[in-house]
Amino acid sequence: MTDSERYNFDVVVIGAGGAGLRAAIEAREMGARTALVCKSLLGKAHTVMAEGGIAAALGSVWPEDNWEVHFRDTMRGGKMLNNWRMAQIHALESPDRVLELEEWGALFDRTPDGRILQRDFGGHRYARLAHVGDRTGLEMIRALQHRAVSIGIDVFMECKIVRLLQDDAGAVNGAVGFWRETGRFVTFGAKAIVLATGGLGKAWKFTTNSWECTGDGMALALWAGADLIDMEAIQFHPTGMVWPPSARGLLVTEGVRGDGGVLKNRDGERFMFNYISPFFAAETAETIEEGDQWYTNKKDFRRPPELLPRDEVARAINSEVKAGRGSPHGGVFLDIASRRTPEEIRRLLPSMYHQFKELADIDITTTPMEVGPTCHYAMGGVRVEADTEATTVAGLYAAGEAAGGMHGSNRLGGNSLSDLVVFGRRAGLAAAERALEIPGAPEVSKTQVADVTRHATSYFANEGTEDAYAVHRDLQETMQALVGIIRIESELLEAKEKLAVLAERASKCAVEGNLQFNPGWHLALDLESMLAVSNCTTLSAIERRESRGGHTRDDYPGFRPEFENVNMIARLVDGDYVVAQEPKPQMPDELARLFEEGAH
Amino acid sequence: MAIDNGASPSAAPEPPSDAPPKDLVMRLWRGDASGGRFQDFHVAPQEGEVVLDVVHRIQATQAPDLAVRWNCKAGKCGSCSAEINGRPALMCMTRMSTLPTDQPVTVSPMRAFPIMRDLVTDVSYNFEVAKLIPAFKPGPRDPDGLHRMAQVDIDRGQEFHKCIECFLCQNVCHVIRDHEENKPRYAGPRFFVRLAELEMHPLDTLDRRDYIHEDMGIGYCNITKCCTEVCPEDIHITDNAIIPLKERIVDSRYDPVAWLGRKIAGRPAPLRASEARKHTGAAHAQAGPSAAAPDAVSERPDDSGPVAPEPGDGD
Repeated sequence: MTDSERYNFDVVVIGAGGAGLRAAIEAREMGARTALVCKSLLGKAHTVMAEGGIAAALGSVWPEDNWEVHFRDTMRGGKMLNNWRMAQIHALESPDRVLELEEWGALFDRTPDGRILQRDFGGHRYARLAHVGDRTGLEMIRALQHRAVSIGIDVFMECKIVRLLQDDAGAVNGAVGFWRETGRFVTFGAKAIVLATGGLGKAWKFTTNSWECTGDGMALALWAGADLIDMEAIQFHPTGMVWPPSARGLLVTEGVRGDGGVLKNRDGERFMFNYISPFFAAETAETIEEGDQWYTNKKDFRRPPELLPRDEVARAINSEVKAGRGSPHGGVFLDIASRRTPEEIRRLLPSMYHQFKELADIDITTTPMEVGPTCHYAMGGVRVEADTEATTVAGLYAAGEAAGGMHGSNRLGGNSLSDLVVFGRRAGLAAAERALEIPGAPEVSKTQVADVTRHATSYFANEGTEDAYAVHRDLQETMQALVGIIRIESELLEAKEKLAVLAERASKCAVEGNLQFNPGWHLALDLESMLAVSNCTTLSAIERRESRGGHTRDDYPGFRPEFENVNMIARLVDGDYVVAQEPKPQMPDELARLFEEGAH
Repeated sequence: MAIDNGASPSAAPEPPSDAPPKDLVMRLWRGDASGGRFQDFHVAPQEGEVVLDVVHRIQATQAPDLAVRWNCKAGKCGSCSAEINGRPALMCMTRMSTLPTDQPVTVSPMRAFPIMRDLVTDVSYNFEVAKLIPAFKPGPRDPDGLHRMAQVDIDRGQEFHKCIECFLCQNVCHVIRDHEENKPRYAGPRFFVRLAELEMHPLDTLDRRDYIHEDMGIGYCNITKCCTEVCPEDIHITDNAIIPLKERIVDSRYDPVAWLGRKIAGRPAPLRASEARKHTGAAHAQAGPSAAAPDAVSERPDDSGPVAPEPGDGD
């Protein structure tokens, strides 16, 4: 422990998905000595699983599109809970970030005149998603990865950060982690740290998320004293695979619906027409005939309800299944086979074709898919300042899914990839600016380092039969059953009690084997993060006594005026999770006017 | 409507390996750099499972410290590469129902890379090669700030961009699989795909041909197509990336007109992909002087074991 490996950097970026890579690139290009630390190998982050596209008002398909329309769509999709300034920055800057990816080698699909092709997605008024078939995230992460490698960023792969380090004034000045291969500890001194660790889906049983998505960045921030915001807002993607069992939860891209796919129940009915909420009635087609014409004529027709925002579609599917009108394996049918030719389907959706063929033995060019809701995305996260992504702790920044605010209570498809690069860049910029102003080398506390390593290795000294896999399974069952897509106070309170028991069990996990690449030990440490964020989500969900976006309360249906203008802020106070309501920032009049009747 | 989907691991721990065999025996390699052995695990089969599901079940119920690298379990990240019954594949995309169950299913780590622990190998060689690749260098944008590219000119590049960096192609490449000593001078199929993608990018302005020949060691490749056969993304590595790169190098080095052109201009004009089709064989329809080139370069050797590579374009 005493001679632990030690590095000093200006900026340390934790997480190497889209946001982390973009932050590191910006910090490095600002001249800051920058490290990129990630739990997996470079290029494997959950960003690779993003399929449908990156939203940006490029206007290459519909010249009518512009940042104001994108801003309005984003705010309405988030049920107006979004941080308005983040939504504005995002809409303004995402076109430049897309063109920048192209400058770094990305090959987006093209329009006939050679510009970037854009695709329809739920909640977006115009076809707005730049894409590469249905593997846009892979394209993005490779372009960023190649860029990061070519400018010589130091990358620390398969290194898990356990805790942040802080100086006497509370400012972040480093981080302690370990190499997964050897289990040896490593300390990073840093003048600024960017959290870009992604989401928390692994706390749920059915999720699109990869193993890495355990809420690490949110938990690290919380433990360092930072605020989390709107943690109750969890997006359940309407279309995950439901069969076979081992593939349950796997993402089926919204691009299937954007490219013409429709949802049907057991009786073959396009049931989404029965679920058009008043909030979206004015902009949604009332008949199948109208909806079908929208794909080619967006001026005269309104979009079909299959392309309502994700929260609306997920709730509708849930209701159909509950009413006994579901598919054989407990989902509904997503049918593109009857809407597009096999050639078109294979060209537009190659990964989906492959995924169903390989895993379910189903040919989506001839057979409808069975799909159902799956835990997909955390709208909530670390509370940040809109312009700089600074958290409430000095020296600590957050971007991407780890940060909250941008998407309000529900994220539109395509807005996450753009979020990553827009705010990843800004976080890297602000972190570098801070770091370059601080002279000397960061002085980390040896006592803090020793405390972290002692805690992290304490699991090897535990005795008994409790093991991390069992606790994780029970946590997933708890969150799935009690803090899922439809919530009610009694179950949320039950979840709160169960989480306390699970935390107690988790602390007693006994780890077999040694420090060398030991997944049981890694999971025990990831559980600390998952339990922290699960508590914040549950408590925030109890506190928000209304239904809004990705938070649906059976006992409080619909919006309620007293919650329209408040964010839920979660923090640790003397070791206890505390949730408080705080007023949400109010947008200036010139932006508010965009939401008046008839304004588009 | 909810089904008992069986996704949760079976509640009872499986019996130790000396118990009477149940339906399925998984023979997993356990060990580290200092050595190891295969260990048998008995597990009950479940509907629709892939190999990685079974490995996870063993991890959760019998061997909590069993090391396995994985991320997405959807065939999109390329982390869980291994050799399943001796055949290199992704564990997450290999359905148990495709494997014979009357004999043990063996899972071993990729052989071309040093073992870290159990099924996890040290693939850092690949990340070191990646650092050597001369980066993409686009030409200027059009006056309106945009780059224009025809879809037909990027189809081939998009095929190469499907690569998920599972490194299975590197694992089976004879040049390095049995010849560790070749690694310092050989980039391997994954990076020939990467180089081909850059060389065929319509916006790129760099010429990497000498570099590919002299530093990346493409001449070692004997076009046995083993890489193509194991690619989980069905990238035609040999036909669409390696052979066209070899042709370009032959064209530039041994074509007297190109040689003279280089002497005069300093370097050949950057290739636009639409012109480059004659060099690359992209779009399959071979046209122009290189139509016969595949025959010229591909004396396909038999697959009877590792090749003893010779430097240069000896193929």
